[in-house]
Amino acid sequence: MYFQELMLKLQKYWGEKGCIILEPYDVEKGAGTMNPHTFLRSLGPEPWKVIYVEPSRRPDDARYGENPNRVYQHHQMQVILKPSPENIQDLYLDSLKEIGINPLEHDIRFVEDNWEAPTLGAWGLGWEVWLDGMEITQYTYFQQVGGINCELESAELTYGLERIAMYLQDVDNVFDIKWNEDYTYGDIFGMAEYEHSVYSFETADIDKLQTLFELYEEEAQLAINDKLVMPSYDYVLKCSHTFNVLDARGAISVSERTNYISRVRNLARQVATEYLEQRKSMNYPLLKKEDEKDEE
Amino acid sequence: MKSNYLLEIGVEEIPARLVQDAVNQLKSNTENILKEKRIGFENIKTYSTPRRLTIIIENINEEQDDLKESSRGPSKKIAYDEEGNPSKALEGFMRGQDVTIEDIVMEEYKGEEYVFANILKKGKPVKEIIPQIVPEMIKSINFPKTMKWGGRDFKFIRPIRWIVSILDGEIIPFDFEEIKVSNITRGHRFLGSNNIEINKIDEYENKLKENYVIADPEKRMDIIKMGAERLVRERGGNLQKDEALMDEINNIVEYPTPIIGRIKKEYLELPEQVIITPMKEHLRYLPVFDDRGRLMPYFITVRNGDSNHIETVIKGNEKVLGARLEDAKFFYEEDKSKKLEEYVDDLKNIIFQEKLGTVYDKVLRLQELGEEISSHMEVGEETENNVKRAAYLSKADLVTKLVNEFSELQGVMGSKYAKLSGENEIVSLAIEEQYLPRYSGDKIPTTTSGLVLSITDKLDNICGLFAVGIKPTGSQDPFALRRQALAIINILIEKRLNLNLSELIETSLYIYVEKNGLAFDSNKVKEEISEFINIRINNVLKEKGIRYDVIDAVVGKKINNIPDLLIKSEKITKWLEKGEVEDVIESFNRISNLASKYIGQDVDEDLFNEYESKLYNSYKNIKEIVDELVREKDYDKALEELVALVGPIDEFFENVMVMVEDENLKNNRLSILKKIDKLTLEICDLSKIVIK
Repeated sequence: MYFQELMLKLQKYWGEKGCIILEPYDVEKGAGTMNPHTFLRSLGPEPWKVIYVEPSRRPDDARYGENPNRVYQHHQMQVILKPSPENIQDLYLDSLKEIGINPLEHDIRFVEDNWEAPTLGAWGLGWEVWLDGMEITQYTYFQQVGGINCELESAELTYGLERIAMYLQDVDNVFDIKWNEDYTYGDIFGMAEYEHSVYSFETADIDKLQTLFELYEEEAQLAINDKLVMPSYDYVLKCSHTFNVLDARGAISVSERTNYISRVRNLARQVATEYLEQRKSMNYPLLKKEDEKDEE
Repeated sequence: MKSNYLLEIGVEEIPARLVQDAVNQLKSNTENILKEKRIGFENIKTYSTPRRLTIIIENINEEQDDLKESSRGPSKKIAYDEEGNPSKALEGFMRGQDVTIEDIVMEEYKGEEYVFANILKKGKPVKEIIPQIVPEMIKSINFPKTMKWGGRDFKFIRPIRWIVSILDGEIIPFDFEEIKVSNITRGHRFLGSNNIEINKIDEYENKLKENYVIADPEKRMDIIKMGAERLVRERGGNLQKDEALMDEINNIVEYPTPIIGRIKKEYLELPEQVIITPMKEHLRYLPVFDDRGRLMPYFITVRNGDSNHIETVIKGNEKVLGARLEDAKFFYEEDKSKKLEEYVDDLKNIIFQEKLGTVYDKVLRLQELGEEISSHMEVGEETENNVKRAAYLSKADLVTKLVNEFSELQGVMGSKYAKLSGENEIVSLAIEEQYLPRYSGDKIPTTTSGLVLSITDKLDNICGLFAVGIKPTGSQDPFALRRQALAIINILIEKRLNLNLSELIETSLYIYVEKNGLAFDSNKVKEEISEFINIRINNVLKEKGIRYDVIDAVVGKKINNIPDLLIKSEKITKWLEKGEVEDVIESFNRISNLASKYIGQDVDEDLFNEYESKLYNSYKNIKEIVDELVREKDYDKALEELVALVGPIDEFFENVMVMVEDENLKNNRLSILKKIDKLTLEICDLSKIVIK
C-alpha cells in the first residue's frame, strides 16, 4: 500500500464515521495535538469529530537523512472523537483492518502510556498501541488541556504514518517508503531532511532565534489581550517551534528549559481560557447543532 | 441455602503494573463491606487480566444476619404513669424505635431503672443488598492516576465497558454510570466472541478459556514460564530470574504464547547492558543467557494470542529490536569517539539543582569530599588518587548520548567508557559502583574507591539539598534522600566502617559554602541532617530486631561509628537476655541521676569514709578492665564487670548521704559517682532500658 493510499484510506474510514476531514494547519508544530482543531476544540462541552494529517516538525529528531527510523518531519494522522464513543477501541481496530492489518495475523497490544505535553499544559491517560512490538499509534483520553480540566473528554488517536507504511511495505528505511508508484519518501523529503538538520544543529542563529521567541511571545500576548484567540494561538505555536529549534541547537540549559516551557504554557493557558469564554458567549453553537441533529 | 456471586468489571486495558493490586483491593474492600453489611460468606476468589477484574464470593448467605440492638429510653419513673400504664414519653420512644410493648424491658442504668427497647433488625435478602453495595465495591478501588470518559463524572483507571453481575444463575442488575450490567462477558479481543453468556458461575473460567482468555493469572504465568523455558532450553540457554518483568508481561496478555526471536550478530559486539536495557525497559523482552552467564543472541517475548502466523509476529519483533539496537549502536559509536574526560567540561551546562550549581560544580565537590573521606578511612595514597580521579569522571557519562537515551545506564556506561579511554580498572569500576546500592538488598561496592565515592556522592546530595531546604516530608522525597541515607548506613554496617559522620557532614556543608558560596544556617542544617540520619539508624536497628529501649540506650542522638552501635545493641541484648539485671540497672540509675548534679571537681581520696573508699576502689579495680573490654567491643562482658560495683554502690547509698550541706564533701561524693557514670556511658545509657 502506497503512502498516499494509506492516508486516503484512513481519511475515508473516519470520514464515514462522521469525522470532518480537514487539512493540516499552516503553522509549524511538533505534533498534531498542537493543531487548534485539537488543542482548542478539545476544550468545553461542544462535541467534535475530526481527522487530518499533520506534518510534525521535531528538530531534535533530525538525522541528516541518514537514520532509517528518525526524521526532522514526520506525518501524523490525527483523529479526535469528542466525546469518546463506547466502542472506540473496536472502531480503531477496524481502521487497522481497513489499511490491511489483520489483528489475527499480528500481535496487537495496548501498552500503558500516560501522555503529557508540558508546553500545552495538557495530559491524558491511554496507551501506545504496539503492532508486533512496534508503536504505531498513540491513543489518549484527554483529561486536561491548557491547564483546564476537559469538560467532555476527547479520545485522540495519533497514527504514526511512516512506521505503519514501513511495516506494510516491508521496508527497513523510511526513505524507501513508496509514496505512490513512482516516487519514494526520499525523493520528496530527502534533501529537506538534510537541510533542516544542518540548519537545526549548525546554522540557526541562536541570538536571533531568542529575539524571535521574545517577539512572538509579545505578539501572542498582544493578540490575546484583545481577545483574539486564533491569531494569538498562531504565535504560541511559533514560540513553541522556535524553542524546539533552540533546544536542538543546544542553546538551552536545563534551568532555562523549564523557564521557556512555562512561558509557552502560560500563553497557551491564556488562549485556552479566552477560547472557552468566547464559545460560552456564542452559546456553544456546536452543542445546538448536535441537538438539532438529535431532533431530526 | 448458600449462593455464589460473580462480579466482572470489563475495562479497556489496565496498565499491567496495576492489575494485580486492583483485584486485591477489590477483594479486601469487598470483604470489609460484606462484614459491615452483616453478610456471611466463605471465601472470595479472584481472576484478573488486563481487560477484566473479577471476584467470586463463594457460599454467600441468602440473607443478611439479623441485628439485635438494645436502645435506652426514658427512666421507669417517667415511662409509666401512676397506674403503671405507658406514659406519653414511653409511647413516643416506642414509636421512634418501631417496637411494641413486648420489646420493652427494664434495666438498671447509673443506679436507676430505665426502659430499654430490644430491637431486632431482620436481615434483608442479599439479592436486594447487592445492587446497593456493588457500586461502592467498584468505587473503592484506588489507582495512582485516574481518568474520566464519555462525559461522566466518575473516574477509573481506564474506561469500564461492561459489567457482569450474577448470583448463581440470576442477573443482579444495578445502576452504575449507565454501563450495561448483564451476564454477557467478552472473550479475547481478536480470537474470542464478544458476546458470551454466563449462565452458571462455575462455567465462567472454562467459557472464557474457550474464548482465548486465561482468567487465572497463575495459570497464565505457568504457560509463559513453561513455554519460555522450553524455547530457551532447546537452544542451550537460561532465563534470568526477573519477577517484576514476568509479572508485567503476564498482566499484559489474556492468552499468552511465548515466542523466541534472534538478535542480529552485528549488535552483539555492543556491551551486554546496552543490548539488555532497551530489550527489557522498552520492549519487555526477556534476555537469554548461556550456562556461563553470557548473553545469547535470542530474546523471549509473549504474544497475546495463539500460534497462528507466529512467524510474522517474530519477524516484526526482530525488526523493532533491530531499530532500537541500531539507535543504541549509533549512540555508542558516537560516544566512543571522545575520551570520557573530554565530556567533563559539558557538565557545566547541566544544572544539578538550581541553587546548588551545575553538575560540574558537584564533581569538584565530590573530589574534595572524597579526599576527606579517604583520609578518615586511612586508605593510602593509591586509593586516594583513584577516588579523586573517579570523582572527576563520575558524572561525565550523563552527557553521553547513550545515557541520555537510557538513563538507567548511568554509571554502567561511565565505567565502560572509562576503560575504553584507558583509565585504570579501579577507577573504571568505582564509576559504576558510585550508585550502589540502588535499592534495599542491592549489591554494595566491591572496591574501596567505589565505596568512598558512593558515600561521597550520597552525602553531597543529602547535605546540599538539606542546605537549600529540600528535605523529605511525608510521602515527598523527590531526590530519594531517605534511600540514600539508608544506603550509606548499610554500606558502613556491611563493611564495618566506623566513620565520624558528624565531621563529614560539617566538611560537606563547608565545601558548599566555600565552593558554591551557599549561605545557610549551618548549625541548624547540620542538626537537621544528623536527626535525619539518626532516624534511619534507628530504623535499620529496629529492622534487625533490636528492642526499641536498647536502641534508645545505645544510639540516643548518635550518628557516628554506626557499626559499633549495632554491635553494642546486639551485645547488650545478649546481656539483658541473661536476666537478673533489674537490680543492676536500678543501682546505676541512682548513680546517673545524681551524677547529673556534678559540677566539676576532682576526687580527693583524703576526704573518703570507708564506704566511699570501698566504692572508689572497686571502681578503680574494674576501670581498666572495662576500658579494655570496650576497646575490644566485648560490651556484654564489660557490663558483667560493672555488676561487681552493685554491692559497693548499694552499701554506699545505704550509709552515705550525698547531698550534704558541706559543699566540699558533697562535690567529692558527686565526683565519684560521675566517674562511674562516665564509665557506664562508654557502653550505653542504662537508664533508657525499660525494666519489665
